[in-house]
Amino acid sequence: MNNLIGSDADSQRTLYPYVTGTSVVGIKYKDGILLAADMGGSYGSTLRYKTVERMKSVGKHSIIGASGEISDFQEIMRYLDELILYDNMWDDGNSFGPKEVHNYLTRVMYNRRNKFNPLWNSLVLGGVKNGQKYLGTVNMIGVHYEDNHVATGFGNHLSRPILRDEWHENLTFEEGVKLLEKCMRVLLYRDRSAVNKLQIAKITEEGVTISQPYSLKTFWNFAAFQNPTVGAEGSW
Amino acid sequence: MDVSSGDLNAPHSMGTTIIGVTYDGGVVLGADSRTSTGMYVANRASDKITQLTDNVYICRSGSAADSQIVSDYVRYYLHQHTIQLGQPSTVKVAANLVRLISYNNKNMLQTGLIVGGWDKYEGGKIYGIPLGGTILELPFTIGGSGSSYLYGFFDQAWKEGMTQEEAEQLVVKAVSLAIARDGASGGVVRTVTINKDGASRKFYPGDTLPLWHEELAPQDSLLDILSSASPEPMIC
Repeated sequence: MNNLIGSDADSQRTLYPYVTGTSVVGIKYKDGILLAADMGGSYGSTLRYKTVERMKSVGKHSIIGASGEISDFQEIMRYLDELILYDNMWDDGNSFGPKEVHNYLTRVMYNRRNKFNPLWNSLVLGGVKNGQKYLGTVNMIGVHYEDNHVATGFGNHLSRPILRDEWHENLTFEEGVKLLEKCMRVLLYRDRSAVNKLQIAKITEEGVTISQPYSLKTFWNFAAFQNPTVGAEGSW
Repeated sequence: MDVSSGDLNAPHSMGTTIIGVTYDGGVVLGADSRTSTGMYVANRASDKITQLTDNVYICRSGSAADSQIVSDYVRYYLHQHTIQLGQPSTVKVAANLVRLISYNNKNMLQTGLIVGGWDKYEGGKIYGIPLGGTILELPFTIGGSGSSYLYGFFDQAWKEGMTQEEAEQLVVKAVSLAIARDGASGGVVRTVTINKDGASRKFYPGDTLPLWHEELAPQDSLLDILSSASPEPMIC
């Protein structure tokens, strides 16, 4: 059955993504980690799917957020579910924390890259274990690092400058959410593949919660937006 | 000099419009019937809604060959699965088998699929499986080249909790609108409605469909128009 379901002959090739998710933004805050991502699945320039969950919990201590090809993210979730299952089967009182999961993902992503058959994703991995907060990222070429705030895609260019300016140690939950919403609003204005339906995920020592989907208000009522081409007709 | 009748050696592709919609009690699958080879219509009455089991059907778009072979494999596996399970397989299992083949052969396949059916555990379900092998369970989904013209229509016309009649009418109207604007879609509208009572096929030939903008009611001949009482048939 195996060689009917998948062919070995074609794995030596870089592919291209079809259904993609855009930015994921993550920050450390006082009690743990906050992640934000919209629910869009784009198909080229079409905003085709608008209720795609791009953040999922991994075991008891971690959450993963993914941008890039959604089918590859779904496959990564299958790998992670298997990883956690085998971890649980040891039944030894120990469970994989975010550091371990991030390391596993890094090896998977880098090894696929070396075979010219990448999983076309940029991932954010966050979690808390034994009071230690962890926030890292890994992408399709295997580049990986940890930081107090991370983002993928457009988030790197638009959100991280905001975070560099306004993030500080010991943000409260409310401050953290407001900060992420500021980042997501900028992405909504300036990223063509952004969709106005997002979720915020929180992970603390207690566990993971992923918010229900919601939408952000946007602001268009600036004087400068009213008649921008007066005196320069034809410009924009 | 020689007017080409289309590249007859081009691969058979179903330009296509395919739709899957859930309603209160089941699902309705719909499709057009045009299969083209380049610019030539190779089959004007194709059946793109293919049976996988008694209770699960699949709408096929993209490469005719690829979608047929995927359906054939899944039908074969599901047949064995049903025997082993001792009862009808669920829609979810069928959809995941389709995903497995689509995902693992993503480099070679070019087919977008919609799996729809009814089982006693979850009722009516629709799964979209676009290029790349992403799987998404959705209340409704559209696919194929004709679907581009239907995003706005469904954004406006789709409602939760429709009756069977409403859902069927919506699907027929939508396929008919897509046929009006997409050169790669045409022919008749076929629907398959699946619920606890089984699957039933309907067939809507072109003359039973509503007329859209700039479309005229079909006539047998100009001669009929000339001989009728109306004063305007010839314009000088």
